[in-house]
Amino acid sequence: MASSKHNEVLYGLYNDEEVLMDAIRNAHKKGLDIMEVYTPFPVHGLDDCLGLEESRLHIAGFIYGITGTMTAFGFMTWVFTRDWPIIFGGKPYWSVPAFIPISFELTVLFACVGMVITFYTICGMGPGITNPILDDRITDDKFCIAFNVNNASSGDVNEMKAFFNETGAEEVNKKTI
Amino acid sequence: MSAVVSPIREPLVNGSKTYHQITEDICSPTERTPSPAWIAAFIVAVACLSFGVACILWTIWQGIGTWDLNRTIGWGWDITNFVWWVGIGHAGTLISAILLLFRQKWRTGVNRAAEAMTIFAVICAALFPGIHMGRIWLSFFVLPYPNTRGPLWVNFNSPLLWDVFAISTYFTVSLLFWYTGLVPDFATVRDRARGFRKKFYNFLSFGWTGKAKHWQRWESLSLILAGLATPLVLSVHTIVSFDFATSVIPGWHTTIFPPYFVAGAIFSGFAMVQTLMLITRKVLKLEDYITVAHIESMNKVILLTGTIVGVAYLTELFIAWYSGYVYEQFAFYNRAAGIYWWSYFGMMACNVLSPQIFWVKKFRRSIFVTFFMSIFVNIGMWFERFVIIATTLARDYLPSAWSYYVPTWVEIGIFIGTLGIFFTFYLIFVRVAPVVAIAEIKSILKSAGDQYTGPEAHRKKKEAEQVH
Repeated sequence: MASSKHNEVLYGLYNDEEVLMDAIRNAHKKGLDIMEVYTPFPVHGLDDCLGLEESRLHIAGFIYGITGTMTAFGFMTWVFTRDWPIIFGGKPYWSVPAFIPISFELTVLFACVGMVITFYTICGMGPGITNPILDDRITDDKFCIAFNVNNASSGDVNEMKAFFNETGAEEVNKKTI
Repeated sequence: MSAVVSPIREPLVNGSKTYHQITEDICSPTERTPSPAWIAAFIVAVACLSFGVACILWTIWQGIGTWDLNRTIGWGWDITNFVWWVGIGHAGTLISAILLLFRQKWRTGVNRAAEAMTIFAVICAALFPGIHMGRIWLSFFVLPYPNTRGPLWVNFNSPLLWDVFAISTYFTVSLLFWYTGLVPDFATVRDRARGFRKKFYNFLSFGWTGKAKHWQRWESLSLILAGLATPLVLSVHTIVSFDFATSVIPGWHTTIFPPYFVAGAIFSGFAMVQTLMLITRKVLKLEDYITVAHIESMNKVILLTGTIVGVAYLTELFIAWYSGYVYEQFAFYNRAAGIYWWSYFGMMACNVLSPQIFWVKKFRRSIFVTFFMSIFVNIGMWFERFVIIATTLARDYLPSAWSYYVPTWVEIGIFIGTLGIFFTFYLIFVRVAPVVAIAEIKSILKSAGDQYTGPEAHRKKKEAEQVH
């Protein structure tokens, strides 16, 4: 999807998410290969409809979190049992209950920062990054289905246009992104 | 959408909005030239901020001697303000995280502004321990970095150090959570903008396009961040309460502190959200998105948490008596009837008694009453922290050390300055960012918009059916 070379895209804009979902089901029935779907807000049920796999971000989050726990707990253990043991208030050097708050905070910190960085990286987003936009109204009130027509024959393109007409697209345009 | 919604549930978006109308309504305040009211408010806020900065610089230049703290009362307005600001911040996380986990749709109207409030409040809060250190240029000593003194590490067993980790984690996580929510809405503003504004919002929106896969990841990320922020917010005020509870001062050394502080934090935070939202919805004409139903829901939270706080106060009193421990008994007698009796009275009146009027539906839904109540609660919660800190310290174990404390103009100035910082940031925020989460409002429109749901919509639907 995120290739550096330019793609010729045929896209249709819909006015409503329910019409969009019907259109997607219709496209699947017709065997049309949808390149991308754009929506102005997270549409409930869209990932099932498109057959998207569940995001694995939570697995990454767990790994980052556990790294944070180990870092905090391991570091405090090393400092207070190996590097510079000090007795505070007659407690043991390795006073585990006192390590819990910081271990917890670093778990959350690592998980959050790690996941956010991962999210922007895998989505190809970040400060200063500009991604090609098909239509300015997609972030407002239009729901978009896009087909890649780089290697499509005029017959295929006509079939796609017919599909857009049939499923109630308000507008059909072609753009190179 | 086929979400199951009770017909008697009040709609959360009024005015039969379309998706485009939502975009218009929420983006337009960032696109207009500022109103005279905004300019006036901004001038006042910046004036307070400047005065505060001057007082902070004076404190740093002269030293903590510019404050009226003494050997007995080592914590005064500074730590009171610190706890007060941290508490205010908590409502933002509660609304955006806990209410997200509970799938409360009414959070969408207020979460953006409440999260912004969280971030600005935490900035104000973090300022106080920093300047209270005295030598702020050495404040990096609180971080465990390899140094040439051994390396000598920080004390990981100290609640004050836990606070460093808790507050900084809380700030970072709140900021990331808030910003990730803002990215799609910045993209909406970007796609409406021209010229320099387009470049500006293009930068802020990180190249968001609205791909289905990105939305899926975005929702997954929001949910997990909410799941992490929920225990985090509880841990932060728990740790703040440990600053007191792990000491051996009568009146502080109690196990009730963590839940009592967390409830109080949510209580005061919601009050601040009310204060801000009531003004914001009026000035930015967002009454259709921040409805009376939202205000009523928040008033219910205020009533609940205010009552929990009230129960906590009474429990403290009871346990002090029941413990049979004279120092503890004296600490509470002193709070209620000692030299600072007026602050205890203010606390009880504002936090426990006054929210009880919210049992009456008419008051819960009155904007006028809500606004005054929100101010009362903020004052009351400030008094609560003052009671806990200054009143308790003023009468310690040794009568020869007993003391009294009044803030100097510098301390008052720093407090006014934090109000200035808070409102300056908030005013900039309402100019730059969409104050209501556009994408989230759109996603609940069909299950909570007044043309689709609510008693009125159902009545119309029935009538239409009868005609057929």
